[in-house]
Amino acid sequence: MKISAIITLKKDVLDPQGKVIHQALDGMGFDNVNEVRQGKYFEIDVKENDPKKAKEIVENMCSKLLANLVIENYKIIETQ
Amino acid sequence: MKSSVITFPGSNCDRDMDVALRKFGFKNKMVWHNDIELPKSDLIVLPGGFSYGDYLRCGSMASKSRIMQSVIDFAKSGGLVMGICNGFQILVEAGLVPGVLLRNKYLEFICKNVFVKLDNKESIYFKNLDKEILELHIAHNEGNYFCTSDQLKEIKDNNQIAIYYCNKNGQIEDEFNPNGSIKNIAGIFNKEKNVLGMMPHPERMIDQSLSGEDGSLFFKNLINNIK
Repeated sequence: MKISAIITLKKDVLDPQGKVIHQALDGMGFDNVNEVRQGKYFEIDVKENDPKKAKEIVENMCSKLLANLVIENYKIIETQ
Repeated sequence: MKSSVITFPGSNCDRDMDVALRKFGFKNKMVWHNDIELPKSDLIVLPGGFSYGDYLRCGSMASKSRIMQSVIDFAKSGGLVMGICNGFQILVEAGLVPGVLLRNKYLEFICKNVFVKLDNKESIYFKNLDKEILELHIAHNEGNYFCTSDQLKEIKDNNQIAIYYCNKNGQIEDEFNPNGSIKNIAGIFNKEKNVLGMMPHPERMIDQSLSGEDGSLFFKNLINNIK
């Protein structure tokens, strides 16, 4: 089954790419933005049909490889 | 003295490091990332480059490669492991030194000479080195050292900060910080000081006619300290 995970930067970690995107948006006339933070999205098709087990597998992947927990948080956002 | 340089797919400073180590007396071996066992070594070097194309996060894929378990065991048993540039990124991803290396503050790839100040002159890497301020080369996109405030306190308390960016007089100020690193940190030790990660490339400063000799001082001193 497919599991989706998002990885986001922790709030006190500087995100220079997010800042530049914010500036670009400003320049395009989107002047109602407070902040932009850039993250990563993963869609993983796991050989497991039990949603609970599949989620556990992807959580394990997130903590061991997909996210660096010093600077990032992860969240499983969808199972299907 | 025996050394080993690990080559990952995408390493590009491995042969420069080999040249430098041999020049100053190491019997160096090149080791492929997919090997399991390390040759008998007094020093292991993780070289600079772009291992695995910097996919996911710089150094993250290389830190999980097969040889790394042996490198981690070697480091945990007190063996000397040095990571330069991408090698430093691999060390942080492997958890051998604390912190992470983020994208440079101004989003530029930086390629230039910088001055750095060595700290912790008792460590095997720096003791007996006459010069405290060295001119070395940096070339990186992700060299912005970051750690949590708890980690920063811990690394300060344990004297783990190895190298700072500074000016030629050794002043450590914001204006001499090329990439936004916390406290101008350019290099860091593990708690036991046998593992050293640093962004500057000493192997690029071993020939007066090409660049400079401050890297020579570092390697000459290092081999004497290990003997």
